Amino acid sequence: MTITPPSPAQPSSQVFEYAPAPESRSIVDIAPSYGLFVDGEFVDGSGEAMKTVNPATEEVLSEVAVGTEADVDRAVRAARRAFTRVWGPMRPADRGKYLFRIARLLQERAREFAVLESLDNGKPIRESRDVDVPLAAAHFFYHAGWADKLEHAGLGPAPRPLGVAGQVIPWNFPLLMLAWKVAPALATGNTVVLKPAETTPLTALLFAEVCRQADLPPGVVNIVTGAGDTGRAVVEHDDVDKVAFTGSTEVGRSIARAVAGTRKKLTLELGGKAANIVFDDAPIDQAVEGIVQGIFFNQGHVCCAGSRLLVQENVHDEVIASLQRRIGTLRVGDPLDKNTDLGAINSAEQLARVRELSDIGEAEGATRWQPDCQLPDRGFWFPPTVFTGVSPAHRIARDEVFGPVLSVLTFRTPDEAVAKANNSTYGLSAGIWSEKGSRILAIADRLRAGVVWANTFNQFDPTSPFGGYKQSGYGREGGRHGLAAYLSTGDEQ
Amino acid sequence: MIGGERLAVRKTYKLYLGGAFPRSESGRTYEVHDAKGAFLANAARASRKDARDAVVAARGAFPKWSGATAYNRGQVLYRVAEVMEGRHAQFCEEVAAGEGLSAGRARAAVDAAIDRWVWYAGWTDKLAAVLGSANPVAGPYFDFSLPEPTGVVAVLAPQRSSLLGLVSVLAPVLAGGNTAVVVTSRERPLPAVTLGEVLATSDVPGGVVNLLTGDAAELGPWLAEHDDVDAIDLTGAPPERAMEFEREAAGSIKRVLRPPAAEPDWSGDPGLGRMRTFLETKTVWHPKGF
Repeated sequence: MTITPPSPAQPSSQVFEYAPAPESRSIVDIAPSYGLFVDGEFVDGSGEAMKTVNPATEEVLSEVAVGTEADVDRAVRAARRAFTRVWGPMRPADRGKYLFRIARLLQERAREFAVLESLDNGKPIRESRDVDVPLAAAHFFYHAGWADKLEHAGLGPAPRPLGVAGQVIPWNFPLLMLAWKVAPALATGNTVVLKPAETTPLTALLFAEVCRQADLPPGVVNIVTGAGDTGRAVVEHDDVDKVAFTGSTEVGRSIARAVAGTRKKLTLELGGKAANIVFDDAPIDQAVEGIVQGIFFNQGHVCCAGSRLLVQENVHDEVIASLQRRIGTLRVGDPLDKNTDLGAINSAEQLARVRELSDIGEAEGATRWQPDCQLPDRGFWFPPTVFTGVSPAHRIARDEVFGPVLSVLTFRTPDEAVAKANNSTYGLSAGIWSEKGSRILAIADRLRAGVVWANTFNQFDPTSPFGGYKQSGYGREGGRHGLAAYLSTGDEQ
Repeated sequence: MIGGERLAVRKTYKLYLGGAFPRSESGRTYEVHDAKGAFLANAARASRKDARDAVVAARGAFPKWSGATAYNRGQVLYRVAEVMEGRHAQFCEEVAAGEGLSAGRARAAVDAAIDRWVWYAGWTDKLAAVLGSANPVAGPYFDFSLPEPTGVVAVLAPQRSSLLGLVSVLAPVLAGGNTAVVVTSRERPLPAVTLGEVLATSDVPGGVVNLLTGDAAELGPWLAEHDDVDAIDLTGAPPERAMEFEREAAGSIKRVLRPPAAEPDWSGDPGLGRMRTFLETKTVWHPKGF
């Protein structure tokens, strides 16, 4: 298959011109069609196959099977068999060794995964290569070590696996979210039925191949591709013991309703509207880098994105001027170009949502600013965007845009900053920029958010628990805390 | 009565709400009987409005209680045990009457309830060490995770164990720094009201605990759907309604503690499960550098 890379957009006032530096896509071999991965084999799905496209070009990458209720049932039965006969009884140290193998295989095939992720998702190769894939491998390596040490995890003397985990993941970090779900589930002795996102199934299917290369016993990991109906079938299957979901708060609510009254254990990682608070004593240049990293990383398709900038009033103009200057140097374009900072919006549907909320922002009275940059003709694109003059009542200050759109609000006192930061139904993450340590710690104490980044933003690590307060969900992923989501500790009541 | 024994001064059993003892705004009461069916008292029957007022009180009390030092919270919970001890005989009488227990078994339940406060009082300043962590991230960052209270917790208290059960579900909520709106046992509410009097004189700030006597079946749905309630314990929910309450709770992504299959024997070791259910984990990152 040949795909013409989109021409990179050229910021208007570049001091240095960049020559195109595309990563070769010859390292990946995309099949014309893919089946479901059930019980160690690729099998046909019963639904009508769906197409997955490269959002940077709108070209079809492959056809992917759609799992129906019957397909999900087969996958759950395979997972149950594997749990009862193989994975459950296995020596924990051996379970760990399989995970170590997977971690190594991900590292060995890292470039292939990175290119495939950028093709299917639209994210810059710099991010898939330096963040998504290395972190996914790190998650498996980290959890591998837990497999035979669970009785030391502080979750009771004899924590037990739950059984079959049904997992539904989003499109913004397809492989990384798979790793966040699959690694802890397997390390704690559970087996898995995973439903990747409709628009980004390819790295999960390549991961299935890694499971085969690792000789992972059949049925331990099952991957059922499809859209919302497939996900619903996974969540609602009677023989699933544990449901883990990352995605929108709206879908999270319907999942919480669906598992009500069952024995299923549920963890949810949902939306966010993080405040990124800049005090007047912050080093402005560092803060601006952090603001850019906070909102434009992964095109803002990040649940913990720093989408509400709260800047102290007396440095507002200075921060905004510096921020606009910096945004003017961002390169939007070909995700496979190693110089690209912002890639494509993941889908036409998401692009429509970003456009709609931005238009509402303007209609409600905020001021839109975008750098002068050319976007490629084909594909789904949205320029980095800053709204100033945003009031806390505006939709763009309350709703998750899930795109490269920053809303700027101001504050005068630390109390006002905390009140505005906490004025959200979400509580996933927050940022603080200040040179004063005592202030950082005091503000961090008062923010109702699960992750607080001080003088940094959007950092992730498998040892570091991640998850939300309030309507951003419950349960943690990563660290000792993340194991609890997949274990029965015996003192739940 | 002419001559003989002194005529007793009976207690009016009211709600405990925002640190005060109001009647239900609805004016409603219901008869409470002992295990043999004899009349004990008229208890206030809390309404939806009372429940909403209780949530306002609990939210208002949250910053101070959650912001208190763990040492201070521990002392306050220990103080509850001290003051309960002084009312030991009264609790024994109420528990024996309401639950139909022998004097010996009622005493054992009251002893265990008091000791439970002591147990949880000792937990407040150990949770962060036991449930928190320093995270060795692969980069130049200081990264740590600490437990923090979830917020306002609605508790549908056990229907059978009117004091030990109540303390067993309330104390873990408070130990973590949450504030509580509790619907007490419908048929056996009197020890809860007396516990309210203990809380009111134990340095527990007003609004931290709100005790609503009445019907979990009536108040449960309002608390489950209330947007300013962060979590709900369904232990005392009518079994046939628990699924409905859990569904309602999904609307605002509440943390839900599902009801046990049958009300447990509360005398066992509580473990950490209940405290953990009503704690969030906050992770803080900061760069290291010269």
